[in-house]
Amino acid sequence: MSNARENPAVARDDATRDAAAKPSASSVSTRAPDSIEVYREDFERQVAGPDWLQALRKQGMARFQALGFPSMKNEDWHFTSVAPIAERAFRPATRKTPVKRADLDRFNFGEEGWHTLVFVNGAYSEDLSSASGLGTGVRVTGLAQAIKSGSSVIERHLGKIATFEQHTFTALNTAFISEGTFIELAADTVVEQPIHVVFVSDGDGVSHPRNLIVAGRHSRATVIESYVSLRDSGYFTNAVTEIALGEGAHLDHYKLQRESESAFHVGTVQTRQDRNSQLHSFSLAVGGSLARTNIYTSLDGDAATCTLNGLYLTDGAQHIDNQTSIEHIAPNCPSHELYKGVLDGRSHGVFNGKVYVHPEAQKTDGKQSNNNLLLSPTARVDTKPQLEIFADDVKCTHGATVGRLDDMAMFYLNSRGIGPETARMLLTYAFAADVLETIELEPLKKQLERMVLARFADEAVA
Amino acid sequence: MLEINDLHAGIGDREILKGITLKVKAGEIHAVMGPNGSGKSTLAQVLAGNPSYEVTRGTVSYGGQNLLEMDPEVRAQNGIFLAFQYPVEIPGVSNAYFLRSAYNEIRKANGQEEVDPLEFLDLVEEKLKLVDMDESMLSRSVNQGFSGGEKKRNEIFQMAVLSPRLAILDETDSGLDIDALRIVAEGVNKLRSPENATILVTHYQRLLNYIVPDYVHVLANGRIVKSGGKELALELEEKGYDWLQNTGAGAGAGSAV
Repeated sequence: MSNARENPAVARDDATRDAAAKPSASSVSTRAPDSIEVYREDFERQVAGPDWLQALRKQGMARFQALGFPSMKNEDWHFTSVAPIAERAFRPATRKTPVKRADLDRFNFGEEGWHTLVFVNGAYSEDLSSASGLGTGVRVTGLAQAIKSGSSVIERHLGKIATFEQHTFTALNTAFISEGTFIELAADTVVEQPIHVVFVSDGDGVSHPRNLIVAGRHSRATVIESYVSLRDSGYFTNAVTEIALGEGAHLDHYKLQRESESAFHVGTVQTRQDRNSQLHSFSLAVGGSLARTNIYTSLDGDAATCTLNGLYLTDGAQHIDNQTSIEHIAPNCPSHELYKGVLDGRSHGVFNGKVYVHPEAQKTDGKQSNNNLLLSPTARVDTKPQLEIFADDVKCTHGATVGRLDDMAMFYLNSRGIGPETARMLLTYAFAADVLETIELEPLKKQLERMVLARFADEAVA
Repeated sequence: MLEINDLHAGIGDREILKGITLKVKAGEIHAVMGPNGSGKSTLAQVLAGNPSYEVTRGTVSYGGQNLLEMDPEVRAQNGIFLAFQYPVEIPGVSNAYFLRSAYNEIRKANGQEEVDPLEFLDLVEEKLKLVDMDESMLSRSVNQGFSGGEKKRNEIFQMAVLSPRLAILDETDSGLDIDALRIVAEGVNKLRSPENATILVTHYQRLLNYIVPDYVHVLANGRIVKSGGKELALELEEKGYDWLQNTGAGAGAGSAV
């Protein structure tokens, strides 16, 4: 079953699925009535929206209160304690700090011409955003404005894709839906330039960005969501993105989680795919002290395809959790998934990839790999690929590996005059190279490659 | 240039080298021959500084310095090069990037300026010809998907670019067809100079048809059991290793240089 990609430069420990010992499961309840009460208060204080939105928010709040924060007994949170988030009473983030356009240069991949929407602590900033000629048939706007102008498309989709029956954080986000990005592509629209959505945060509050992308038949676009910070602070971002891909639509979606070191981040991207649609998702997770990214997609229509790739780099005492879910509902759908993790310091990485193949989803072709590189003896990773197949004519493989830098590769580099620091950087970069290679957006690929190199270069010097 | 004196080394509790004494002067080519398991590759690895091996006794001086105290990269920066018996694959790092890093690290250590990618490309072009390799191999990942012969040629190519003072070739001839063998041998011969020395570790005599050694040493059971001129290799070819191994233990110390 295991067919993980081979990387001879990286030595294998036993190809374990659960790499490190199970956590000494704390029996401490992470349900913190105080913080839930605070959310409740702030929920009541929100500016009212249209009736349908009020109703949706109420459902979200009710569900959030019923579910509470998940404990580690919850299978979806088995390796991640959300206590640091649950025990804190985050108030709604307020926009205090001025942000200049130049501050954001380092997050724009050297590209001036992209259509960019910027949100500071959750609030849309017209000054920092820049519109480029998107052409007809495409609408990119702040969600609040779109709701105000009464778009029926929003009402039809919002809250319908990102289900919150079992997802506390999505329920919480839904209770506070107000701002985010709304992208609508008419049928056959092709947007050449990428659309970049930047969420800049600081302070100690919470924001609940909500994004909605509705892609009409045979439309095509590239959307990048960046979560960034200009200074280190302990804020909380709780983001949800809903994506509806119509028949034959093609979306390249990048989620770049580069929050500040002390921040908390929970981000869900949930997609529904009609027949022949294509989703290419790439998730980068490098920031935050406690971060969780959920990438979920549902292959509803015949021959829809998805590629879910990701890279997580953790260090210090960071805890970065990645969960993916692919629901094969319709037949003939290929899904490919490659997630790689590099873990250093005392950090803890988690990967949980679920693939469900429903009874009707014959001819499913699913391939999932998760490879991890541990750079320090105290770093830890838990990887749990999950394959549940209820159809009989399918081809599905999955595999997970955990390894350390290979001594022989290290010696080979050393024997050529390359010292241990540089050698470690090169081998680490090489480990991540193949998943970076899948990024089709060239400026983004280049910058992420540089970022990965620099990150391990800095450490090497330290 | 290199003076090995009573060198003992091994892995864990297992002693593999049991007292090697060998002197290599600039301009010389020494062939170290011997049956499988005699310790030939261990000697090569220990000289290059592989940390998996532990030196338990003896000394090695290189250019007047204590070689055993140098880290492997420092040895390389001081002109030692090991052509690996099994070159390591490094997916994701291009040959060009890898070799330029190595070249620049060595230059930096010697107080020279680093070269940029374009200068480097100029520099390597003629070296590629030396081993009959196409420029396209520069952009391929280090040794990944290379045939056995390509890997060995890549080692010689690296050697040509890094121009070491002491090159140690560990079984570079094994697994090569006759054409590849000739290319590798030509590469080595062209790099030969009065300032450089080479240690050829080999199981077979055939490489020595193309690279003529000044001295031949026979290793058996962790000791040099016989040393001689190039004619010793021919004698070995004829008689095999058995006659030496049978007399080996007693002859050990006596017949070493």
